[in-house]
Order: sequence, then C-alpha cells, then structure tokens
Amino acid sequence: MSLVKNPEEIQARNLARQKAIKDFSLKYAIYLVFVALIIAITIKSPAFMSLQNLRNILSMSATRIIIAMGVGGILITGGTDLSAGRQVGLAAVVSASLLQFMEYPRRMYPGMPDLPLWLPILIAIIACAILGLANGVIIAYLKVPPFIATLGMMVATYGINSIYFDRPPYGAQPIGGLRKDLTTLGSGYVGFDGTYSIPYIVIIALVIAAFIWLLHNKTRFGKNIYAIGGNPEAAKVSGVPVNKNLLAVYTIAGALYGLAGTLEAARTGGATNNYGNGYELDAIAACVVGGVSTSGGIGTVPGMIVGVLIFSIISYGLTFINMNPYWQQIIKGAIIIAAVALDIRKYLAKR
Amino acid sequence: MGDSGYVLEMNHISKSFPGVQALDDVGLRIKPGTVHALMGENGAGKSTLMKCLFGIYIPDSGEILLDGKPVKFTSARQALDAGISMIHQELLPVPFRPVMENLWLGRLPTRRLGPFSFVDSKRMLEDSKALFSSLGMDIDPKVWVRNLSVSKVQSLEIAKAVSHKARVIIMDEPTSSLTENEVEQLFGIIRDLRDKGVAIIYISHKMEEILEISDEVSIMRDGRSVGTYQATELTVNTIISKMVGRDLTHRFPPRSNKPGDVVLRVRDLSSAESKSFRNVSFELHRGEILGIGGLVGAKRTELVESIFGLRPLESGKIELKGESVLIASPRSAIARGMALLTEERRATGIVPMLSVLDNTILANLHRYVGKAGFLNEKKAGTDVDKSIEQLRVKTPSPRTRIKDLSGGNQQKVLFARWLLTEPSILILDEPTRGIDVGAKYEIYTIIADLAARGKSILMISSEMPELLGMSDRIMVMCEGRLTGILDGKTADQETIMRLATQFM
Repeated sequence: MSLVKNPEEIQARNLARQKAIKDFSLKYAIYLVFVALIIAITIKSPAFMSLQNLRNILSMSATRIIIAMGVGGILITGGTDLSAGRQVGLAAVVSASLLQFMEYPRRMYPGMPDLPLWLPILIAIIACAILGLANGVIIAYLKVPPFIATLGMMVATYGINSIYFDRPPYGAQPIGGLRKDLTTLGSGYVGFDGTYSIPYIVIIALVIAAFIWLLHNKTRFGKNIYAIGGNPEAAKVSGVPVNKNLLAVYTIAGALYGLAGTLEAARTGGATNNYGNGYELDAIAACVVGGVSTSGGIGTVPGMIVGVLIFSIISYGLTFINMNPYWQQIIKGAIIIAAVALDIRKYLAKR
Repeated sequence: MGDSGYVLEMNHISKSFPGVQALDDVGLRIKPGTVHALMGENGAGKSTLMKCLFGIYIPDSGEILLDGKPVKFTSARQALDAGISMIHQELLPVPFRPVMENLWLGRLPTRRLGPFSFVDSKRMLEDSKALFSSLGMDIDPKVWVRNLSVSKVQSLEIAKAVSHKARVIIMDEPTSSLTENEVEQLFGIIRDLRDKGVAIIYISHKMEEILEISDEVSIMRDGRSVGTYQATELTVNTIISKMVGRDLTHRFPPRSNKPGDVVLRVRDLSSAESKSFRNVSFELHRGEILGIGGLVGAKRTELVESIFGLRPLESGKIELKGESVLIASPRSAIARGMALLTEERRATGIVPMLSVLDNTILANLHRYVGKAGFLNEKKAGTDVDKSIEQLRVKTPSPRTRIKDLSGGNQQKVLFARWLLTEPSILILDEPTRGIDVGAKYEIYTIIADLAARGKSILMISSEMPELLGMSDRIMVMCEGRLTGILDGKTADQETIMRLATQFM
C-alpha cells in the first residue's frame, strides 16, 4: 500500500466531502438558520446569552408550541386551519370568565360559586374540540376545501366569542380579576428562584409535544395522517379510514387550541375577544419554517418546535437589541420565505 | 365456494355517471385458480367495473356474489377484508414515507402497551423483508418510496396486493412500468398464486402478455360485455376485432414517406446528469421516422429531452441542417423548429381545465397577439377549427374542456398544438401510451402523414409492434448507450431485444 495518493483519488475525495457538506446543510438548513440567528444576536449584544432570556423565550413559546402542534397535524394531512387563532381567543374568554375571583367587582357571573380549576379548563377545551370537530365534518364529509371551511369557522368563531364576551351585566370589557390558581398556572415555575427554574407552561408544552410526537410517530393514527397528506387516494384504497382520521386530527387540534387559550389567559392575567387574533398565521409560519409542507405528508414535531422557537427568538432577540419592530416584520417575512426555499430543495425532483 | 364453481360473479352490473352510461348490464364470472384477462379499449368500462367490485364505486344495479353469497362493498376496506385486493392502474405511493409503511398502510401491525396501542415497527420491518424475499424482490423496506424507481414502486404495489392473502387479486395494468425481466418475475408470481387457488383478474393492453399469461379472456366494449373466451382460442387479431367491434386488418397505415437529406446530426452526446446517457451519435433524415427502442431505464426520454434543451448536456455536438447549434432551453429548440410531445400526457402535456382551443394555441400564443396586446380570438378559432378537422379530433366543441376528451383525442390536440408551431422535427415520447387500439391507428396515420409531408419524426416507443410497424429505422438503447441502429424493414423483435439488453 502506498501512502502517496494519486491526484484523482484526492479530487474524488474532495468532491465527496463537498457533496456531504452540501447534503448536510440542506438537511439541517432550518437548524443552521436558527444557530446563525442566535450567533448574530449574541455578537450584537452578548448579554443575550443568559438563562433569564432563555426562560423568557421558552415561556413566550409555550402556548405557541401547543397551537403549532394542532396546526401542524392538520398541515400534515394536507389541510390548514385558519380558525386556530379565534379558537384560542374563545378558550381564553371562556376559561377566564369562569375563573374570576369571588370579590372581583365586575365578575361576569356575580353569584357563581368558585369552580374547581380543572372544570373551566375542560369546558374551554371541549368548546374548541367541538369547533374542531365541526371543521372536520365540514372538510371530510361536505368536502369543503380546508382553507374555506376554516376561514368560515374563523369568522364565525369570532362572532360566537364576541356574543359571549358582550353579555350582561357588564357588557364587552376585558375580563380581569383572574383567580390566583389560574395565574399561577401561567406564571408559576418549578425551581428555587426566578432564574434557575422552569415555568409550568413550558412543562405543559413539552408534555403536549411529547404526546403529539408519540401520536404522530408511534401510532396507526399518526402514520395514517402522513399517508392521507402524502397521497389521499392511496390512503383510501388501502383501507385507511380517511374521514375518521380527519375528524380526529381537527378535533385534537381544537382541544389543543382550547388548552393554549386557557394558558394565554393565565399567562397574561386576562382575556378579551381579540385574544388569539392572527395566531393561526404565526403557527402556520412556524410550522413551514420548521419543515412542514403545506401540501401535506411532510413534517416533524421537533421541526415544528424549532419553527416556533425561531420566531420567538426573532421577536425577543431583535427587540432585545432594540431593533425597530417594523424591521423585525421584514426579517420575519424574509425568514419564512428563505427557510421554505431552502427546505424545499430536499424534496424537489433532481434534474 | 358456492355451488356455481365461481369464486366471484358479477351479474347485470350497471353504473351511470352524469351524462354517461359507463356500464350497461355487464357480467363477469371468475373461477378460482385461474388468470382471467379483462380486455377492452380505454373507456370500455374495465376500470369502472373493477372499481364497483372494489367498493370505490357503488353500482346502480346488479349483484356481486363472492363464493356464491351476495356482497355489497361500500369501501375499499370491506373489499380487502373480504379477500379482494387490487393493484391500481395509477400507482399510488405515499412518496415521503418508508416503503414498509406503504406496504402495510391501512393495517399497520400494532403492539399494546397498557391502554395504548403503538405501531410495531420491528415486526413491520421483519414482515416486509420476509414478503419481499418470498417474492424475489430486492427492495429496502426503510427507504422513502420517493427514492424508488417506477418499476420498484410497481413491484411494491404487487407485493402489497399479494400480502393481503386475497382470493381474488385485480391487476390493472401491472406491467406498465416493468422491465422485461420484472414482467417475467411477475408472471412467475402470478402462476404461483394461481396454483395456490387464487383468482387473478388481469387487465392489460398488451395482447402478447394477455395471451401468454391468461386462461380465460373477457372482452368489453362501450360499457357492455362482448363475451368470455378460452385464451387458447384467441389470437391478437381476433381480440382486437372483438374489442373494436369491426375487423382491423391492418394495425398500421401504409406509409409513403421518402427519407431525404440529414436534418439533425447528433455526435457523441453525453448527459451532464449522473447515470444517464453517454456518447450517443445518430442522424435523422428529412421525412424519416426514426424509432428509439429500449427498456424502461434505457435513458431514451433523457436523451430526447436533452436534445430539446430540457436537461443539461456535458459534451457532444448537435447539428441542425448542417449548422452546429447550442440548444439551452425548450424555447430555443422550438424556435429552431423542434417540437416535443412528452411521455406523461397528463402531467406535462395537457392543461386539463382549459378548453381544447386554449390547449391547442398554448405553444403559439405569440402568433395570435394583436396590435393592442389582446389575443386575436377569431384567428385562433379558425386555426383551431382547421386543426380539429385535419386531425379528426372528436370534441363536441373547441370550447370543451380537454379533460372531458378521451386519451386519444387529447393526444391529437397535443399534435395540433405542436403542428401549429410548424416544426420540422417532431419528437414523440411514447405517442400512443394509454390510447385505445382504434385511436392508435389514427395517431399512426397522423404520424405517417407528417412524415410524408417531409417532417422528421423521432419516436420513442416501448411497444415492439409499434416500433417495427412505424419506423424507417430503429435505434436501440441500453443503459444509456446506443447499442445499434437497424433498418425498419429487416429488423425483428429478437434483434431489438438482444440490443436492448446488451449490457444487462
């Protein structure tokens, strides 16, 4: 064996290495964008690298992750959900209205005894699950395209929420005076002081994410939704109960919005009928940045989480370095497009 | 099994769609342990009948007996559970998922863990491997289906159908993308299944295949049954005449074209893509029909698409009428008088929702732009009317959406589209794929006419009779290399086959 390599061999090896680097960067494009962003912000302002900031970013992301888990599942089936944000708003108002403390002067239900914490949360979750189920029925059985079905549901849900919100005795006004046990859920944490601690909502979000990951990767239902999104006809002729699975995916998503809405109210200590406005687009953007295909069949839970985190870091980090909020919008827009343009290379036909 | 001796009987099945009587009192009786071919032109109702059986369509009237007992399926699931599985004509893979998930879709094995039930990936992998090895297929169960070749996807579909342990397996055009070897392998599998008592309903347009594999043949025409025959009493010609309902004495029209000077000269052409064609040289004459034969994967499509500027070239020269040219895009190819009718008519040819008129003028819009930038619809209309008449396109009106036409008529519209660009060289990639026997003849007539008018034709075809019946010369490729150019008059099937498999 000779130690001297011939030039062709060296060239071939270099080519192979270049290709490996290219493949790697393509495969992990999203994650590379993510890291680059953090590095850029840290260079501008080294104080960004702190546990406190990490904690804040995670808290900020928690409810968004839960919403993204719902929207993400729907996107995988090739659908979409524009009603997510309004459902979050409905859940926030419903749970907040049922969890005001007794002495609060403008209590929506003045004489009502205190309910156990879980009950209003469950009511909010069920309310949204019913809306989700309605979405599913409209899409699976009436064959209305998801974009239109959920657009209608978005508009209608805001109406439902506003009627509820505007009810006597005090009419439309922000719901405040939330009970301590609810606000603790939103701002409490495990740990011994503010810095070295994990907020409850982050734990809830991670538990939900783990549950959805199991559901998507380890169950028949999960494999089925990928098949439905990847090739609906194939799923149908293979005996996949397409309609039932669609109902389930929209219902689960609704339930998740219900939970997320309650946590939004808990985190912010109040609710109005405008809560959640636009969250559906944030969630869709986060999912696609995280590698979920809007045409269905492709997407992972870790990808969705990273997508949410990217947006949280942009919002938080760019505000941290005092960037003009309008510029932040431009950067967010560019990232949505760039991330997808990069990510889609993985799937384009090789010509 | 019922007393009748049939595993499956379909009696007096009728099914109509708005405006169309797709099936009219059709019957089909299948004996266990036989291969039963179902034949008919496109639109004769074969696929509709099978979809009624498989629970995708619900027949308006008639009965289906399985083992003598009446059944009514309302979903694919029920049909599968009852022991009927189907290989669908259009392959139905879920692209970005592993092979094994595709294989077991709809019945993924699960394992219980307390109150939860999880998919058992380990078992799925083992079952997949066992199934593939029992069928002699070499497919990795873990790769994305997207990364398989078309013929592997088709093998996967076959494996899937077999794995249902069905008593009746419907195979709708199972060999459309298989290589010769794989077809032989499939026939081995079919004979095995038959010997085990499974009934196979075999739908195909390939007559030679039908006669080789089937025991009985049922023929349909215009949504009605023509009859059921023993395969041994049929010949290609009798099948065709029963399918078409009249005698077709000639499968190919007479040709009067006279090849002249060299129009296109290709020298040492190599693709810039990996594993594509290398060092291909040939000449195409004025008024000549040059056939390109070979198996699927011989890179014939890649070759013509590269000449047409759709794919990158690494080296080689293209001369048009003695002048060396560089064709970097289809636009420049069209400007130089070339036209390409692609293989995938639906995917890359027609725009289904647009009218026949709009589809026809699509490649020529610039010719109809008037002074103010608006389209001159009158001129376009006149030209399209002329094309429709010339090519005998059967359409209710130029305004009809092209998706409502039959495959043959769609193909004629595509011919019309490209003829309006007044090309001197027409490249045809599988011009009669999926077209009825009757309509095929008309397409052949168009091709022969064009050649007689001095157009040069480069025609890829995987159908041996078509290649032999239509070409002045035949070039054969294998694994990206040119293995020979034969004279159309003296060439025979064996020589072509030998050249097509030279490097395998």
